[in-house]
Amino acid sequence: MISDTAVESDTAVETQRGLVEIYSTTKSFHGNTVLKDVSVCVKPGSVTALIGPSGSGKSTLLRCINGLEPIDSGVLKVNGEHVGVVERSDGFYSLNRKKRALQRVSVGLVFQHFNLFDNFTALENVAIAPMQVLKRSKSEAYETARSYLDRVGMLERADHYPSQLSGGQQQRVAIARCLAMKPDVLLFDEPTSALDPELVGEVLDVIRKVSASGKTMVLSTHEIGFARQIADQVVFLDEGRVCEAGPVEQVLDNPREARTQKFLERVFG
Amino acid sequence: MAQHPADLMESINKPRITRKTKTEKTAWIVLAVVAVLIVHTLISNPNFEWATVGRYFFGFPVLKGLLLTIILTIVSMALGTLIGLVLAVLKIMNITPITILVDLYLTFFRGTPILVQLIFWFNIAALFPDLFLGIPFTDIGWGINVNAIMTPLVAAVIGLSLNEGAYTAENIRGGFLSVGKGQLEAADSLGFSEWTKITRIIIPQSLPTIIPATGNRLIGMFKETTLVSVLGVADLLQSVQLIYSRNYETIPLLIVACLWYLIITLALSYPQKKIEDRYSKHKNSGGKVTATTEGVKLG
Ligand SMILES: Nc1ncnc2c1ncn2[C@@H]1O[C@H](COP(=O)(O)OP(=O)(O)O)[C@@H](O)[C@H]1O
Ligand SMILES: [Mg+2]
Repeated sequence: MISDTAVESDTAVETQRGLVEIYSTTKSFHGNTVLKDVSVCVKPGSVTALIGPSGSGKSTLLRCINGLEPIDSGVLKVNGEHVGVVERSDGFYSLNRKKRALQRVSVGLVFQHFNLFDNFTALENVAIAPMQVLKRSKSEAYETARSYLDRVGMLERADHYPSQLSGGQQQRVAIARCLAMKPDVLLFDEPTSALDPELVGEVLDVIRKVSASGKTMVLSTHEIGFARQIADQVVFLDEGRVCEAGPVEQVLDNPREARTQKFLERVFG
Repeated sequence: MAQHPADLMESINKPRITRKTKTEKTAWIVLAVVAVLIVHTLISNPNFEWATVGRYFFGFPVLKGLLLTIILTIVSMALGTLIGLVLAVLKIMNITPITILVDLYLTFFRGTPILVQLIFWFNIAALFPDLFLGIPFTDIGWGINVNAIMTPLVAAVIGLSLNEGAYTAENIRGGFLSVGKGQLEAADSLGFSEWTKITRIIIPQSLPTIIPATGNRLIGMFKETTLVSVLGVADLLQSVQLIYSRNYETIPLLIVACLWYLIITLALSYPQKKIEDRYSKHKNSGGKVTATTEGVKLG
């Protein structure tokens, strides 16, 4: 009997792997409310595109999912676990640094400005977290790092420092760095908006490849065409609220809200 | 070769000559006059007693004092840097009570004159005559007679290191703060522990700021050690003072000390300049250096 329940709870965890649930979440900075009553559900293995004008709260939402920013109210769960807090009868208590760090391992974040470690080569950038955080041996971490660099087409530049790489190359290394941690959820914060136009394609190709591998992804982007190709769900944020959310065909092709229509018109010029 | 009128060919190859401004010409004349005056005094004023300077310059007591000054500089600098590093790390951990403690330390040691601190440490036995190092609430431990261990040299090392630690802490913290916010967020988002973040990202990335500043403080420390002569530590200054208190050759012996301080300071300045150049290049260049050299080759 006991072993049965153990198996059951194990499978329950497995079915929730990659699940992101956000219910009525609010977040403000010094009285400026940036996320207002946001609810979004991301199914395991699905791709969600976050669109919206700049300042609408896309980055903040992603940073909350990654646990870089605590939320003020609401419920935010990844893999069925509250992010950054533990629930008790009288409220949510924040987790200690160690547990928060552990949670972040299951959520990877690709930054708009790459944020590769300047003091490490491309290879070291990919290998450092598995070594320091997952306690892999150096040889194992470097070997895995090479295979991930290969996957993003950056193996030839393994020994280059970030300052010696183009923006597109840096972003591909940053994606490899996230993948090497084998996260359940991968977040992209406008991964191509800091790039010169001719470099956008190579990064989008890599993201497309990652999405095809069945990883749960949330991606904020201004590339509506790309969102249409890879997303299962589109969430349109406006001034911190979810203005419209649903399947691609609905939100991008037949938006119901006037604000969504106006935004899409402006993006397409 | 492009086609130019023949009479222009000569002009094209003429060198460019920079003319000195009137101010600069005047300044050169002033410099020459000052130089002549200095040399004239050095030679003609018998009170410099260059022969005496020469006699004591490599004298045993002087060299011994110099050696002690150098050792004192190295030991105090090493301990001070270590203290500064620990304080800076404690401060960026951002835990309020720890920050308050560190700030108390910094305020005290930066807010009072180093000379007073040195005298204070030398006389600390008046405040704590006996120290008992041991396990709290037990009898196990060692009693220490503070008066016996607080020799001038010990007081000098403690005073210089603790003071240096306070200044180095600020300088290291400045380096820490220069590390980009994105770097720290990347480390956090990958689940780095605070320790890994500090040792693998923050410290390595702030070295280009910290190392040149530490080099400057080393040169500063070398001169600052003269203060310990008030405690009777036989450093370079104290050694020459001892000699001229007996033979009254005050000026020549002070010149001996000054020359040695100058020589060592200049000797340290050269590597310091190299270090500064190297790290400023390292910091500002990145991939752009190769781009410009390529540009030069093409042009
Ligand atoms: N750390 C912060 N402190 C204060 N205000 C912030 C901070 N981060 C974001 N904001 C504010 O939150 C709002 C939403 O920002 P952001 O999430 O970056 O939007 P987006 O990514 O959609 O452009 C903006 O008004 C921004 O000024
Ligand atoms: Mg943003």
